[in-house]
Amino acid sequence: MGTETQIGTPSRAIVSLPSLLGVFLLLAAGTYAAFVYAPTEATMGLIQRIFYFHIASGWTFFVSFFLVFVGSVAFLRTRAAKWDWLTVASAEVGVAFVTVVLVTGPIWAKPVWGIWWTWDARITSTFMLWVLFVSYLVLRTLIDDPERRGVVSAVFAIFACLDVPMVYFSIWWFRTQHPQPVIGGGGSLDPKMWQATMVCWAAMLAVMAVLIRVRYRLEALRSEVDAIRLEASRHTR
Amino acid sequence: MAAPHASLPNVGPNGSSNGGLQISYSGIEKRYGMRMALRGVSLEIEAGECVALVGHNGSGKTTLLKITALLARPSGGQISFSSGTSPLSTGDVKHRIGMVAHHTLVYDELTAEENLVFFAKLFDLPDPVARARQSLAPVGLARRADDLVRTFSRGMRQRLAIARALLASPQLLLFDEPAAGLDPEGQQWLGATLANLHAGGCTIVMSTHGRNETQGSVTRAIRLEGGEVTHDSGPKGDPYGVLAMAAVRETAEGDAR
Amino acid sequence: MSLAHSTATILAKELRTEFRSRELLGTTIVFVLIVIVLFSFTFDPTSSESRRFGPGLLWLSFLFAGSLMLQPSFLREQTNDTLAALRLAPIDPFSILAGKMAANFLFLLLVELILLPVFAVMYNTAILPVLPELVLVLALGTIGLATTGTVFSAVSAQARLRELLLPLLLLPVLAPVLIASTEATAAILRDPSELSRVWVTFLVAFDVIFLTATWLVGEYLLEE
Repeated sequence: MGTETQIGTPSRAIVSLPSLLGVFLLLAAGTYAAFVYAPTEATMGLIQRIFYFHIASGWTFFVSFFLVFVGSVAFLRTRAAKWDWLTVASAEVGVAFVTVVLVTGPIWAKPVWGIWWTWDARITSTFMLWVLFVSYLVLRTLIDDPERRGVVSAVFAIFACLDVPMVYFSIWWFRTQHPQPVIGGGGSLDPKMWQATMVCWAAMLAVMAVLIRVRYRLEALRSEVDAIRLEASRHTR
Repeated sequence: MAAPHASLPNVGPNGSSNGGLQISYSGIEKRYGMRMALRGVSLEIEAGECVALVGHNGSGKTTLLKITALLARPSGGQISFSSGTSPLSTGDVKHRIGMVAHHTLVYDELTAEENLVFFAKLFDLPDPVARARQSLAPVGLARRADDLVRTFSRGMRQRLAIARALLASPQLLLFDEPAAGLDPEGQQWLGATLANLHAGGCTIVMSTHGRNETQGSVTRAIRLEGGEVTHDSGPKGDPYGVLAMAAVRETAEGDAR
Repeated sequence: MSLAHSTATILAKELRTEFRSRELLGTTIVFVLIVIVLFSFTFDPTSSESRRFGPGLLWLSFLFAGSLMLQPSFLREQTNDTLAALRLAPIDPFSILAGKMAANFLFLLLVELILLPVFAVMYNTAILPVLPELVLVLALGTIGLATTGTVFSAVSAQARLRELLLPLLLLPVLAPVLIASTEATAAILRDPSELSRVWVTFLVAFDVIFLTATWLVGEYLLEE
């Protein structure tokens, strides 16, 4: 599987201090932007501020989705374990962000529109995405051999990723044929709101990067442990 | 189990053999998850050899056979084949290999003849139906041609599996513990079959626990342990030393358990 | 051996196996009927409601049935390790998938065509005037179902809990096919009947994309 056995390296911090500080700063900036900098929305009031994190999480998820696709293809072609590590890390972090979207949505919707949930195009598609990526993770837990797990889940991931635009389009076109009152959106954004959104997105991306890095390192360390065990078993014969 | 009365199988129904394949293993490694099944196996097997792979379960025999059959890709190292002096590509090699594995590799839901016709077609053999029919007689299954394999005994399935392996007149035959599950009569038949195939010039590699009946034609014995070659009697040497030692070790380990 | 030839050989073998016992065919048909009946209990359809929900019910039950009967596709090759026998043969590994996809497609289409008149009777729908269009949509949706289902059968055969895993993986991925096929069928059965260009094109696109994906990465599922 192409793992590098580095026995005896000094312990490295999983995330360097400067990058952690950077993330905290960005998060602070994003929180400030969302809660202080951006003006209060006219009709929805204070609760609307959750929108910044909601939308930023959504966009961030798409980045991790892209990473899952790239990682899966790369792993199938090169069989280098690091691509498998990247794929599973991105998938898990991605699921976390979609969950944030699915949870912040109803929190926002209930006070503003009076309902927790509606089956409009966006929510339904987002939920489908959540299901697809959770399925990927479930599949991984059900295959024991690491090499087969990587290959089989990569094939599934590719199919799931190709399915995503299909899901979006079919749900969207269905909704245009069978329209429903749409919640959450419409109206133009104040330039300050745009800026707040961008800052929040940058913060979310930074959090994503750190989380993926941590998860990636965890997977890499697991591989190292396996390799060390392999070496050990060889010498105790 | 009715004794097979027909003549023993040649290398192929058309009778002629093209000589066996030569195999070259260079640093073959195979990793399954955390387990190292093969650790750096390097061997040269010459045309026409009858090689017995011995060793207990988990020693890497089956893995080596799978890699030889091109069913599994080595995690490291290389395997190459040649016929006569010309090296062969993967596509070429598959036509020339027959394998009898631990499982029967035939469909229970089809008849014996349907199975053979199916595989004859996949191997691109001319006149697959005739070929299939011809292959059943030498293994004594001609009268059961239209019976579903589901109704066959273990010995009959083994014979069908061998007929399947011989369909394309292979130059290399791989057997994974062929005697397992056969009664003494069946084992005797198997030994005679192997002798006949060996006489036809086919290269044979088989994994065995060192049972007697199949040993008759063995020209070389290689012992695997923990994925490595520990003993090799070599192409010109006497295999019985290694075989005997393997048998003794088997008994000792069996007693120890 | 050419891809077409080996695919055809494998297809013939699959069909022979399926139709020799016919137990799977019968079971699948009965299962779809049960699903349709159960759905009708959950709401009490008047005639116009039946027409609204009918196509969705039909396709939903096809999906459920498919996700169950596609399971044996690769499991069958595990009993005597016949998958190894197929891989030993000098054929393009993709033909193993293609042969099974084609067999599953024909099998599922047969189930659907048998059930179509039953559906017409239960939901008081006239299908004869629009039969060609209906069969087209059935075929396009079933291609998507058979392609993805066969691939996922190979996927789940290598995992634990495979009977549960196949529907778990298959149903979400096929949601677009469900939507498109249902909408297209509904449009055909509406008065006046129309063949929805958008949905038919969508189904064709889905089939092409997923067939291509299978061709590109499917054979990785078969190796050891």
